[in-house]
Amino acid sequence: MVRNFPPEFVVRVDREACINCLRCVRECPFGVHEYDREKKLWKRHHEKCVACLRCAYMCPVQAISIERSPMEYAPHPVWTNRVRKDIKTQAETGAVILTAMGNELPYVSYFDRLVLDACQVTNPSIDPLREPMELRTYIGRKPEKVELEEDNGVRLKTKIAPNLKLETPIMFAHMSYGSISIEAHLSMARAAKEVGTYMGTGEGGMHVELYPYADHIITQVASGRFAVHEEYLKRGAAIEIKIGQGAKPGIGGHLPGKKVTEEISRTRMIPEGSDAISPAPHHDIYSIEDLARLIYALKEATRYKKPVFVKIAAVHNVAPIAVGIIRAGADAVVIDGFRAGTGAAPQVHRDHHGIPIEAAIASVDRRLREEGIRHWGSIIASGGIRSSADVAKAIALGADAVYIGTAALIALGCTVCKKCYTGKCAWGIATQDPELRKRLDPEEGARRAANLLRAWSHELKEILGALGLNSIESLRSNRDRLRGVGLTEPELRVLGVKPAGE
Amino acid sequence: MEIPLRKAKVSREGEFVVVDAKGVHYRELNEVINELVEKGERKLRLINVNGQRYIADGLRCDCYIEIHGVAGDDLAAFANGPTVVVFGDVQDGAGNTMNAGRIIVHGHGTDIIGHSMRGGKIFVRGHVGYRVGIHMKEYREQVPVLVIGGTAGDFLGEYMAGGRIVVLGLERLETYPEIAGEWLATGIHGGAIYLRDEVDEDRLGYGAKVEKLTHDDRRFLEAEVGEFCSIFSLNPEEVLNAEFTKVVPKSHRPFADMYSDAKEG
Repeated sequence: MVRNFPPEFVVRVDREACINCLRCVRECPFGVHEYDREKKLWKRHHEKCVACLRCAYMCPVQAISIERSPMEYAPHPVWTNRVRKDIKTQAETGAVILTAMGNELPYVSYFDRLVLDACQVTNPSIDPLREPMELRTYIGRKPEKVELEEDNGVRLKTKIAPNLKLETPIMFAHMSYGSISIEAHLSMARAAKEVGTYMGTGEGGMHVELYPYADHIITQVASGRFAVHEEYLKRGAAIEIKIGQGAKPGIGGHLPGKKVTEEISRTRMIPEGSDAISPAPHHDIYSIEDLARLIYALKEATRYKKPVFVKIAAVHNVAPIAVGIIRAGADAVVIDGFRAGTGAAPQVHRDHHGIPIEAAIASVDRRLREEGIRHWGSIIASGGIRSSADVAKAIALGADAVYIGTAALIALGCTVCKKCYTGKCAWGIATQDPELRKRLDPEEGARRAANLLRAWSHELKEILGALGLNSIESLRSNRDRLRGVGLTEPELRVLGVKPAGE
Repeated sequence: MEIPLRKAKVSREGEFVVVDAKGVHYRELNEVINELVEKGERKLRLINVNGQRYIADGLRCDCYIEIHGVAGDDLAAFANGPTVVVFGDVQDGAGNTMNAGRIIVHGHGTDIIGHSMRGGKIFVRGHVGYRVGIHMKEYREQVPVLVIGGTAGDFLGEYMAGGRIVVLGLERLETYPEIAGEWLATGIHGGAIYLRDEVDEDRLGYGAKVEKLTHDDRRFLEAEVGEFCSIFSLNPEEVLNAEFTKVVPKSHRPFADMYSDAKEG
């Protein structure tokens, strides 16, 4: 049967400018450019192009441009091109469609329908260049009250549970070594340490090269328990139990055996070449009581010195689940919204499960307050945070801090071509190929990742100044400083914000 | 040497430090154990243990801990080296994600014994419950071994990625006489399970198959079952003189064909 599958992109080469240096052939890991030396003929495999733009930017004479293919199926509003391609792929393979990065369906973005307030006349705004602005955030359990003791000065009598000190309320999300390269991990680890925040290891363990940054690294315990080891738990700054993730709520993960290289095997402590399977549930957790058991098993193993977080995907009943998590003893609940990125996920899960992070933050924060236990644990929000404005809105909805994944990778050079799962990342991020990895210099990566945090932090200070606030915690759950534009009444009720103008 | 006195009564009996766990909360009990180990004590006897959780959790030492009573959930979870001998039963999660060490149980075990364990040995004289040995793994020279004297419940060795499980079935339950429950070795992609009985292949879960025992398997069983028998005063010849069924994965990559990208090449 004829494979009637139009390519998504077309590679255009200016033949007059081209000097036949073959750089594009070497640069493209997907095999788009082919040159027959004997016949001196070029062939471009347009169907293999993913629009990562690597060849275009590396071409010394700028002869290459990548365009959306003009050849598409006849337009149809229901049977879109993507729908038709998916059906054909599945008819050919009989398999689950794999994809990467975040949800691609055009759901409404609440972040884009929320606007921030600003001071005018009656309460003056603050100039952050002139006055101190506090972005420091502590993640973890806060005491009911603080008792002081006086003898030769004042001493804190209350024992405070371990907290993480963040100089800015933005952390690098858990992305495993295996899904991304050690250079990408090193870039974020260095940036986190430099700026005074944290990064997550994901389920792939902590590579020895990250040990110098371990006090700025949050380790992860997921259902596969890869790399989980008493030294690993004791080495990090905090531990995160991963129950679910926003890009694929309710399912586990399979790192294909072909990606379990010698080094990956060493860090995950599993045999080389074997599938690394993370089951959908943790098989020792079937209830909140079981979750409490694991939380305290980890606290006992680390002698109560590390905060323990629990990460869940934002799902329909997220509020009571998050309350259960905090009551079970977690020091923070991490909520991952349905726009969260991933290195590999079945498309059907990525695009159709979970709820928007904005709604989840608001309902979890409200429910914890209603039950009088908001101070028992922090709320960390993640999944589709794209800018300092998103950070500010997430915090105003009730989050203590956010995790950024995709945004951090974009800072390192990612162009969101959505092919992470192939392991062929042309920008040296989502790959283990030694040649491709050379494309990301961890020094440069660290500088760029730190710059992103600094730029967003600066903008956050400016946002606070405009709001007339001088500390990020005055913004937390301060929904009165948000208004909704173009939202329905039930949506406004869930988000806890008034419509613009009211 | 000064022994810290908390609510847990601590005394010395020959080379053992004896800790009376009666009425002591697990957090305090474990603090006492950790302090003793940190001070260099290597032989501990815990008496009147009644379900306290997390004993020897995350403990890194080559110490010997005797438990008299019922050990609570997650005994020796994340442990790295200790030998724990329980004169009684153990509850859920004994040896959970253990890296190295030994757990010897003279009684029965409940669910998820040896969950995700990466190294060390667990010997349970009696029966065990559901989901035992789920996601056991191995790494280089670390090959965990779990030997069960009685029978095992459903989901034995599910998602097993390495290590060895042996079920001897020396005693059977009246209500369920099978040596192991339903969904045996579902999703197994590493390691092996040896059952001292005939097991029909149609009782196995997805991804598992029966394989003939090799000479190496016999030698492995002689060594491990021999040790088990010497610990629990059994006759190894009698125990080993039986048919064993070996369950192994069909593939180390059970999900290789699940996704479209793999088929596209």
